[in-house]
Amino acid sequence: MEIAGTLRTAREMGLVACTSCTRVWPAGTDRCGRCGHRLHTRAPMALQRVWAWWLVGVIAYVPANLYPMLSTRTLVASQEATIIGGAVDLARHGNWGIALVILTASVAIPLGKFLAIAMLALGVRHGSALSGSRRQQLYQVVEYIGRWSMIDVFVVAILASLVQLGAVASVSPGPASLFFALSVIFTMLSAQSFDSRLIWDAAREGRRA
Amino acid sequence: MLVPMTPFDEPQTTPPAPNAAGPDLAALIACPRCDAVYRAVQPGPGERAVCASCKTVLIAPRRRAGQHLIAVAVAVVVLVVAATLAPFLAIEAAGRSNASSVLDAALAFAATGPVAILALAVAALIVFIPVLRALLVIYVLGPVVLDRPPAPHAAAAFRLSEDLRPWSMAEIFVIGCAVALVKIADLAQVHFGPAFWMFAALVVLVVVQDGFMCRYSVWKSLER
Repeated sequence: MEIAGTLRTAREMGLVACTSCTRVWPAGTDRCGRCGHRLHTRAPMALQRVWAWWLVGVIAYVPANLYPMLSTRTLVASQEATIIGGAVDLARHGNWGIALVILTASVAIPLGKFLAIAMLALGVRHGSALSGSRRQQLYQVVEYIGRWSMIDVFVVAILASLVQLGAVASVSPGPASLFFALSVIFTMLSAQSFDSRLIWDAAREGRRA
Repeated sequence: MLVPMTPFDEPQTTPPAPNAAGPDLAALIACPRCDAVYRAVQPGPGERAVCASCKTVLIAPRRRAGQHLIAVAVAVVVLVVAATLAPFLAIEAAGRSNASSVLDAALAFAATGPVAILALAVAALIVFIPVLRALLVIYVLGPVVLDRPPAPHAAAAFRLSEDLRPWSMAEIFVIGCAVALVKIADLAQVHFGPAFWMFAALVVLVVVQDGFMCRYSVWKSLER
């Protein structure tokens, strides 16, 4: 990128940027005079925070898969289904499409997010094979997709409130729904704690050295 | 159209004075994603100024964005409140039927012990936070559009609204409905209530709202 050579960061200019409203202030200013946001050249202990939220997110994801997400009672049978069990059931009944959607939203995306955040955080410390803009894109995808994992919790909520037909059929939420929601929320907080300016610091230092 | 911003390349010989907190710094803009500093230049109509280094959109002004944003925010409040109370989906199987509102869906978790916290969280994510964000936008932009001085604590209100952005999940809830419908399609017959269409309209409005929102312009207007 030929243009990047002339770019200067706020830190290099002896300034501190507000990540909330993009205003710049002299280094050492405590709070943004425009929006009141706390100013930090780089978020303090950003990586520790990322790892802390990341870890509780991963931990919550384990019971989310072990406990049942939904329990369904119909006239003939009553069954409890975990996330993966439910998808397998759907696939067995020929609903391959939806099984795939559920596996993507509840298994592939959460696991991918854990991996991506870990990669970004490790990349800041140990360098990364990916370029700065690639990692920035990865971070934006993680931030964008993170909220969509909540869809599974909403599906459970809708089913549990809607399918209340007395003896004919009824659905109630299982404990996994709580753990899954917590896992999604913790992972979102982990991604939000990440200061993406750290990605560029390492890349720019590398170029200068 | 995306227009890369011109880098701020002041000659190294004149570093900015450390106490130049005045008009000089106010004319600069720093990319919140990668810390690159630019001279803030308003892009032309229909153009969006992006960070030359990481491509983050920095300035994207729209004509009369304030009025549009307020109109959308009012619509969001009306729709969410109406959609929360009206029946959302209804099902029918073996002669029995049940209708459910958005509030019922949120409270589905309330009956079952420890999962009850989730009822609050779901209600917040799909009802309270979207409404709160819309109200904050009206509060912040109302005086700006009317050419009045900003409302008290407008800056804090706008910052809160922006911080809440990722936690406003009404549109995800609508897609969740589609998935839920397919799941129970062979178990029962499903009818859409009026609230479903209101929420579907809401999704479109949320997308429009994000398209019109230029944070830089809002902060600029709150400065005076």
